[in-house]
Amino acid sequence: MEALVALAIGTLTGCGIYLMLRTRTFPVALGLTLLSYATNLFLFTTGRLVMGRPPLVGGGSVTADPLPQALVLTAIVISFAMTAFVIVLALVARVELDSDHVDGAGSP
Amino acid sequence: MTAHLVIAPVLAPFLAGAVLLLCGRSVSLRRVLSTLAVLLQCALAVTLLVAVSDGGILVYRLGDWPPPWGIVLVADRLAAWMILITTLLALCAVVQASGGTDQQGRHFHVFFQMQLFGLAGAFLTGDLFNLFVFFEVLLIASYCLQLHGGGAARTRAGLHYVVLNLLGSAVFLFAAGLIYASLGTLNMAEIAVRAAQVAAQDLGLARSGGLLLLTVFALKAALLPLLLWLPPAYAATTAPVAALFAILTKVGLYAILRGHTLWFGVEAGEIAGLFAPWLLPLGLATIGIGAIGVLAAPDLRRLAAWLVIVSSGTLLTAFGFGIDGTAAGLYYLAHGTFAVALLFLLAGAIRRRRPVHGDFLEPGIDLPRHGLWGGIYFATAIAAVGLPPLSGFLAKFLILQAAVGQPLVWVVVLAAALVCLIALARSGSQMFLNKRTASPDATVEPESASRELLAIGGLLGLIVALTVGAGPVVDFSRAAAAQLADPSAYIAAVIGAGR
Repeated sequence: MEALVALAIGTLTGCGIYLMLRTRTFPVALGLTLLSYATNLFLFTTGRLVMGRPPLVGGGSVTADPLPQALVLTAIVISFAMTAFVIVLALVARVELDSDHVDGAGSP
Repeated sequence: MTAHLVIAPVLAPFLAGAVLLLCGRSVSLRRVLSTLAVLLQCALAVTLLVAVSDGGILVYRLGDWPPPWGIVLVADRLAAWMILITTLLALCAVVQASGGTDQQGRHFHVFFQMQLFGLAGAFLTGDLFNLFVFFEVLLIASYCLQLHGGGAARTRAGLHYVVLNLLGSAVFLFAAGLIYASLGTLNMAEIAVRAAQVAAQDLGLARSGGLLLLTVFALKAALLPLLLWLPPAYAATTAPVAALFAILTKVGLYAILRGHTLWFGVEAGEIAGLFAPWLLPLGLATIGIGAIGVLAAPDLRRLAAWLVIVSSGTLLTAFGFGIDGTAAGLYYLAHGTFAVALLFLLAGAIRRRRPVHGDFLEPGIDLPRHGLWGGIYFATAIAAVGLPPLSGFLAKFLILQAAVGQPLVWVVVLAAALVCLIALARSGSQMFLNKRTASPDATVEPESASRELLAIGGLLGLIVALTVGAGPVVDFSRAAAAQLADPSAYIAAVIGAGR
């Protein structure tokens, strides 16, 4: 279980960083999205992995930590808004710079 | 009212922004409202500063949830000082912006107030995740302000600025997650307490979380390897926005100082002093690269942007020297912010008066009211380099005094000052003394010149006030530094409030 989650987070982070280093704005926006998925998944694990247990009450001695779930909710909302902003900005850059290169150079 | 004083500087800009969003198309109404809102925030900042000046630490529990479960806002001397600097700077920026910059795009004043909202929240919050949220608030407002007015150069620099900062936000989340995983809390005071009792197998997690936080804050503060986004972004944006952005790098430095003294401060046991070995080398290297950038800048805006980097490096260096260094740094922080903002406003004013040459450092047509603008440039340059008689000299003197016995610091700080002096002297002689045409066909003063003069005069006045009132201000910053050096009062105030 731990290994699977760690692999998933690692793969998402790696792909995100690889895409962020690309030269076109669309892969960069995708890379940011993957990276935000990785952070969200990572935040879940910060309360330690607990399976089949309710948060807070009614679960006997072992309960899932509810705080990371609240943090993830906040992080999802923020990263969603930021991704939308980046995509709009990339479109503006495509029109204004007549290129979708991240430096606004090269052939479109 | 006093019970809610701590949250007032956060709520005031937020409500002002909401009201501004509703108030229709009237330009003058929006300008008046926005300026009044900033004036109100100045008054609140002064009230807060007076309230904490006796050394008390005010804690505000949101929703009256006791910490560590609820989020707290905490006002100490440092937080109140940062808010006062921000609001005074914002007042000058909003006066300048109301001269026409705010009409180059939509909703300028709304974003401006949201920027202040994020800044005030970041300085006051006592919770690490809440700090992340306020960082995001101030960043999204800064993206919109940076892009205000549009244009290819602005968009190009803005894309880099936005993408890099989003990457920084992701790293911030990883870091906050690591801190929570290893210490089990995100409350800043609680972090300091738990750090002392962290289990041996979690020590590595806590360390890497802390150092990832340092990386994020170094990105925001534009320290050495992470600074190349700053000059294009600041140089491409409008003058009042660039002036306000002078405080943005200070948010990163504020967070580093908070981490250095509180989260990983003297009470943090095994991981105490986690940031300490990085402050001096990073600071000195940043000063060095900043000075080279200042020398290489082709126009006045870019020169000012590189000066932001020099001042970041100087501040980080100062924070590495205990109470004396931090006290000098807090004094320098006010001076450095105002001086760089002044240079940005001046660059904007010069650009408007030289249609062909802009603020490029080359001879051009004579400015209208040559003597006045030349004189302002002279005073600005003195302030920016740190020559006597203005406050920059006092600040650098205090920093060097704190670093007695560290010849490397003296050499780097003084050499950087010399390089800045050469660069600013050369720029001044190119723009003001080396006239290509005689003055008869000089340009006329553009509209709303009085607002520009008011904003620039206001910042100059603040620097003069810092110089004249150096005694009490340094006493205050020394008290603030002493308060930071002993975090037990902060911890007791926050955690005690829960019992």
